[in-house]
Amino acid sequence: MKEKSPLNLYKHLPQTNCGKCGLQTCMAFAAALIDRSKRVEECTPLVEDKKYAKKYETLKSIVAPEIRLVYIGTGEKELKVGGEDVMYRHQMTFFNKPPFAYDVTDTMDEAALVERVKKISTWKKFYIGKWERVEMIAVRSTSGDPAKFAACVKKVMETTDYPMILCSFDPKVLRAGLEVAAKTRPLVYAANKDNWQEVAKLVHEFNVPVVLSVPFDLDGLKSMALTFEQMGIHDLILDFGTAPNGKKLQESLHNLLKLRRAALEEGQRDIAYPTIALPINAWFTTKDPVRAAYWESILTATFVIRGASIMIKHCIEPHCVMPDMHLRYNIYTDPRRPVQVKPGIYKVGNPTDESPVFVTTNFALTYYTVESDVASNNIDAYIMSINTDGIGVQASVAGGQLNPQKIVDAFKEADFDLTKMKYPSIVLPGMAAKFSGELEDLFGGKVKILVGPEDSGRIVDWMKSYWPPK
Amino acid sequence: MAEEKKIKLSDLNKTLAQYGVEAIEGVSIEGDIEIEIDTGAAGIGPLFAYYFGQEIAQIAVQLVKFARSMGYPVDALLQPAAVAHAISPAPAEVVEAAAKVPEWKVATSLVQAKFQVGIDETWKYPIQEVTLGATKADGGSRGHTIKIGGERALPFFYDAPMPHRPVVTMDVFDMPIGMAKAVKMHYEDVINDPGEWAKKAVTKFGADLVTIHLISTDPLLKDTPPREAAKTVEEVLQAVDVPICIGGSGNPDKDPEVLKAAAEVAQGERALIASANLNMDWEKIGRACVDNGHVCLAWTQLEINSQKELNRKLMKVAGVPRESIVMDPTTAALAYGLDFAYTNMERIRLGALKGDEELTFPMSSGTTNAWGVREAWMVRSPNKEDSDWGDRMLRGPIWEIITGFSLAMAGVDLFMMMHPLAVAYLQEITQTLMGLIDAQTPDLTNWVKMEV
Repeated sequence: MKEKSPLNLYKHLPQTNCGKCGLQTCMAFAAALIDRSKRVEECTPLVEDKKYAKKYETLKSIVAPEIRLVYIGTGEKELKVGGEDVMYRHQMTFFNKPPFAYDVTDTMDEAALVERVKKISTWKKFYIGKWERVEMIAVRSTSGDPAKFAACVKKVMETTDYPMILCSFDPKVLRAGLEVAAKTRPLVYAANKDNWQEVAKLVHEFNVPVVLSVPFDLDGLKSMALTFEQMGIHDLILDFGTAPNGKKLQESLHNLLKLRRAALEEGQRDIAYPTIALPINAWFTTKDPVRAAYWESILTATFVIRGASIMIKHCIEPHCVMPDMHLRYNIYTDPRRPVQVKPGIYKVGNPTDESPVFVTTNFALTYYTVESDVASNNIDAYIMSINTDGIGVQASVAGGQLNPQKIVDAFKEADFDLTKMKYPSIVLPGMAAKFSGELEDLFGGKVKILVGPEDSGRIVDWMKSYWPPK
Repeated sequence: MAEEKKIKLSDLNKTLAQYGVEAIEGVSIEGDIEIEIDTGAAGIGPLFAYYFGQEIAQIAVQLVKFARSMGYPVDALLQPAAVAHAISPAPAEVVEAAAKVPEWKVATSLVQAKFQVGIDETWKYPIQEVTLGATKADGGSRGHTIKIGGERALPFFYDAPMPHRPVVTMDVFDMPIGMAKAVKMHYEDVINDPGEWAKKAVTKFGADLVTIHLISTDPLLKDTPPREAAKTVEEVLQAVDVPICIGGSGNPDKDPEVLKAAAEVAQGERALIASANLNMDWEKIGRACVDNGHVCLAWTQLEINSQKELNRKLMKVAGVPRESIVMDPTTAALAYGLDFAYTNMERIRLGALKGDEELTFPMSSGTTNAWGVREAWMVRSPNKEDSDWGDRMLRGPIWEIITGFSLAMAGVDLFMMMHPLAVAYLQEITQTLMGLIDAQTPDLTNWVKMEV
């Protein structure tokens, strides 16, 4: 959406201030459309009342994202791909994190296939109060045999409900896969300059999204996109070519940048589609599995940061999937929302007057990390979250946002009397150890200052040696 | 044979208006538009024909409904064979048109197209170029100098090539410190000898520069007096001939004295003095840089306006020239707030390219911070339900690589790093994206079938 003024959207709303969207006025709703915190469909009168039909249509086209939004998969596992509005995340935010699709092949034996699919679909990691996962399975036809491909796709579907990318350049193979899986709305990879007519027939018949693959040729890619659009096929994803190394890699990044700039800064709607990157290609440059894994992560970072919309990947080992997941999470965090928790005292488990009181900051990452380390080890405790403006421990100690006086004041404000505890004490983060002397003085010697570990992951061990205090 | 039909939509509107029909549901007809449908001609794109056909069909449906409400026996007539001759003339025409909506057909050839895109015209101002190190000819003793900065676009964009490659300065400490296992194994033999440590970093690990961190000066550690600490700087200068950076302990009260003493013993070397901060006597550090011919690292914490303020004060109050300032806007590592560091730096760089003179300096990143992240060094996850974290010896280096590389994408020119493997990968990817590295790119036209 290029529109920046709520007034221009307000014109197309009912202007009745009915409040059905949850906001008090239509003007507030218009502003919420601008920052994409509300969708047009949430204005139910606009959708339901026939007299607004024209306004609804107009508004829908104004607020449509600059890069087309394509849906893959169905139901709870449905994924949004593309749908972006800005070139740089600080301009608003990046909205739909690129799904990571990990490959399997139709030449794997069944046990290995099932094991790998399970590994992909059960991978999870706790981060900032939530479970993070990866999203998709990319089924590659290495056999070239339609029957084998169909059997493989079927097995994947029996093993997981994760959405799939069906990968082959052979329309017969793709048809075999689609006959099994079309109802799950997989992504088809891919139409290219040789097979595009056959693949167009397939994706039209099965009504599924498709990748257009014209590597290192933006004229050719645009030509393919226009052709598909004219055939009425709109759910397109562009494969601009992912070279894993050398000068071609620079060209790959340049092509992604060009496509995004054309779509987001120049409003070229005829090329404004989501893009696919193939970090898996790192594996075709080396036999060294560590080098391939590292390089795959580097390619992933390159294309995540500059906004590719979906990726096909290979390495599901922790040293790949952990950095990749975190990088993607960080880049797709909404910079408009400060990641802070409310300062104050929190209870974890069922703390009593014999429980420890841990001090940390109100940076959400820090707080939730401490909380999860305490909770997942069944420790009953209090956590005092100090208002550091959402800055973490190390930085706020250095920058002065966390200081002894602030800690003392926080307990006063929370009306939490430490001297009434059985062991009047607080546990400082290890990185704030230098505050202990001053804190003892500020508390008038009535509260013992314990120095906890530098990383809250070691609280369990710390408790064994230092709690209760002697 | 191409047939031609003319429907004047305005006439249709008039007809309907006579019966009090304001608008046809789902179809808007406005203005005096005359559309000619040349059904067999190649002049209409298939997409247009499809939509137009759909619209006509909708009109037909509405007219049928309308006729029904007027009491006309349409239902009896809506048998395919009967439609054409039984409905009154005008509707018959449209129904016939609707019946001729072309079936979906695959295109016979690709539409020819040319892709074009511009460069960012708002990037008008180059980043300040800064020289680190001084050779004998310039009053120093370094074997060569290193230039950073000078960019005219965001890193690796096609708008303008980067004049200088990003460089790495490897950390050396003046006393043994705690390190992650994966890092420590590379330095155990030199941990008590900063000179040897620096030499190893340069000759064995390919460091472009080294940073000597005078952490022993911290009152809570050894409280080494500034003069004595400065001797270690001399040691490092003799051990290696690359440009160097000099860091304090991070103690805001003591660092100005320590860095001043260090700047004096390294006089003329154009070392990077790390660093001046708003919470300390930045003026003393700035002046020490000016008086002894060094470059000043201006360190702020993830806040663009503080960065502007500090840069301004260093220039206007301490008199540090533009070509002697590098910024450290703080590196929050991967998973520990990288998003803040990344966006802060990207905004700083974009602001500079657009002409904000208080931001137009090269940037430095304390990439070593990556090792503070638990995912980089912990043996296993403290959360029992996490999927297995695998081998920490493999996790650590990639954590440092991705932390540094992400910030390279945001505009960092100088990286302070520790793990040799991380240094090598960071140099390789940044130079690859500058187009400096030739490599055999495999033929991936049929990557789908390739075996991993």
